[in-house]
Amino acid sequence: MKQTRRDFLRIAGTAAAASVVGPQAAHAAHEHTPSANAMGVLVDTLKCIGCRRCEYACQNGAGFNPPPVDTFADTSVMAKPRRPHPRSYTVINRYQNPKGRDGFIYNKFNCLHCIDPSCVSACIVSAFSKREDGPVEYNPRRCMGCRYCMVACPFEIPAYEYDNALTPRVRKCNMCAHLVPGELEAPACVRICPEEVLTYGKRSELIELAHQKIREAPDVYIDHVYGEHEAGGTSWLYLASVPFDQIGFHNVPDKAPPRLTEAIQHGVFKHFMPPVMWFGLLGTAMWLSRPAPEGPTKDTLSHHEIEE
Amino acid sequence: MTEHHHPLPVERKLLTPGTWVLLILTAIGACFAAWRFAFGLSTVTNLDQQHPWGLWIAFDVASGVALAAGGFTTAALAHIFHREHYHAIVRPALLTAMLGYTFVGIGLMADLGRYYNIWHPAWPTMWSPNSVLFEVGMCVMCYLTVLYLEFAPIVCERFLDDTRWPKLSAAAGRVHSAVRHIMPLLVIAGVVLSCLHQSSLGNLMVIAPTKTHPLWWTPILSWLFLLSAIAVGFPMVIFEGLYAAWALKLKPEMEVFSALAKYIPFILGLYLAFKLGDMFVRESYVYLFDGSVQSIMFIIEMVFGVILPFAMLLSARVRNSPRLLFIAALLVVLGVVLNRINVFLVAFTPLYPVKSYFPAIGEIAVTIGLVSLLMFLYRVIVTYLPVITHPGKVRAA
Repeated sequence: MKQTRRDFLRIAGTAAAASVVGPQAAHAAHEHTPSANAMGVLVDTLKCIGCRRCEYACQNGAGFNPPPVDTFADTSVMAKPRRPHPRSYTVINRYQNPKGRDGFIYNKFNCLHCIDPSCVSACIVSAFSKREDGPVEYNPRRCMGCRYCMVACPFEIPAYEYDNALTPRVRKCNMCAHLVPGELEAPACVRICPEEVLTYGKRSELIELAHQKIREAPDVYIDHVYGEHEAGGTSWLYLASVPFDQIGFHNVPDKAPPRLTEAIQHGVFKHFMPPVMWFGLLGTAMWLSRPAPEGPTKDTLSHHEIEE
Repeated sequence: MTEHHHPLPVERKLLTPGTWVLLILTAIGACFAAWRFAFGLSTVTNLDQQHPWGLWIAFDVASGVALAAGGFTTAALAHIFHREHYHAIVRPALLTAMLGYTFVGIGLMADLGRYYNIWHPAWPTMWSPNSVLFEVGMCVMCYLTVLYLEFAPIVCERFLDDTRWPKLSAAAGRVHSAVRHIMPLLVIAGVVLSCLHQSSLGNLMVIAPTKTHPLWWTPILSWLFLLSAIAVGFPMVIFEGLYAAWALKLKPEMEVFSALAKYIPFILGLYLAFKLGDMFVRESYVYLFDGSVQSIMFIIEMVFGVILPFAMLLSARVRNSPRLLFIAALLVVLGVVLNRINVFLVAFTPLYPVKSYFPAIGEIAVTIGLVSLLMFLYRVIVTYLPVITHPGKVRAA
């Protein structure tokens, strides 16, 4: 017990160092900003033809031995919107173009690699980590399978291997960080795309590029780069011709969700003072309300001995 | 009380038709649990990619933690604020808390995909001070240790005067006196740890504002969880005290329970005020009558779980009647259980829903099995250890 308390103090010390007084002051002071060399991918949904080759490349890169690439040309699977799952970390969905003229709009779904990821904050054992250069990675050896990451993700991305009895994993895109350990190259989906839908590069430059595209064709693109601010910003960025809620994205608030929860948590544990003060306060109450020493009869004393 | 009663083992037959039912339900639950461990979560649960948390988290873990709050609330009342009148209920409440938290751990094991890694949060290289769940996990682990220590003297007392094993008796005496010396520290630590993790349990869903229905999502969810945990503490003690008295055919300690019930409207009223205040500040009342499942569940939770028992317990007639007091206490207990189920299941709205979640037979069977085993162990422990104080029986001096 003593050991645990001391250990707790030590964590609280590090935690408090990065903490703030109240929720209001909190997120202003500790907004996560992407590092200068953070990489990302810009998705120009206007260019996507729905060939699903990126799905093939993803499954291939992840080592799933997918069927031949030609079989992915089958668009019947797009009848209903799909979600990334443990056997494919990216999927292409098809949406009716509300403007009516060009038939379909395609959108690509995978982990957006948040700058301030909810899964990283939520994970009880630090199985998730955010790399400087962009990817959010998952370490199954640490994972205990609580699935709080799935609850926390504002884009509902992590998928779970429910049918694995012994070593189930959380599955999601890692921007192909596993292909060349230590350094990041263009992910498999970017490299296979025949229509240049996907642009891999520095996130800061991609944001400039996205806004430049909007400026050059303001009647084609809507003036919104999805992922620039959503959930505190994401490494993946999207351009579209229609509002994003019409092609499968949700309106996600700009503030990264962990800023609120961490502010509350570190407020409660600030320098470990509130718990210690609470302990002291209760101790004082216990002392002040103690029964008068001369009062109790012999009988109550023996009673006390048993109770305490 | 004119004379002092002491906790004594209850001299009742253990294997009655009632306890056999408990054992059979436990066996059924164990079969489903074995199936889950052998063939995976997907074979027993209805969990899917959109619903990562189900009945086991909402009931076994979240409700289990809340209902064990009787342990720290009665300990605070009797030992910190020295309301000696309530000593009789401290031990049953402590037993419920100890069993409750133990079963939270067991229930969690069934839900965790990699249950054998359950010790990871305690390992320093994996500490995650930013994680709300880490805070809950650490506090629960520490509190469980405190509860076992607090319970140790009760086990020791069983062997104190045992002449058959003098060495065991002497060892029990040493442990008893050692724990007694640090008991004030344990009691306060128990209250502090409880306040911390009861509130953090509410903070869990705050990270998912877009997935949690606005009737429940609020930045002060941790305060609401703490207040409701404190509010359910005494009702839970009263409910199980009256139930145990009925099941064990003992005379219920009505004078203690009636007096204890006087506190409930104050705490429940404060909780109600926070709930309503939060609803008006965030203007979430616009969802109140939209006819959705969520709105109906919220109204049921508030009317039957908070407002009705609050009104009932204001009346002395209710507080003095074993039957009415039992109903009022049960309403509070069910209200808090419903609140936890609402927050973790009903309020949870996936962004890309495929189908809605309802617990599978296997999930329900495991949960019922766990509750049955808990009740059976309660029965075993009060039969053999001095937990329950029964009026009309005075300990031989």
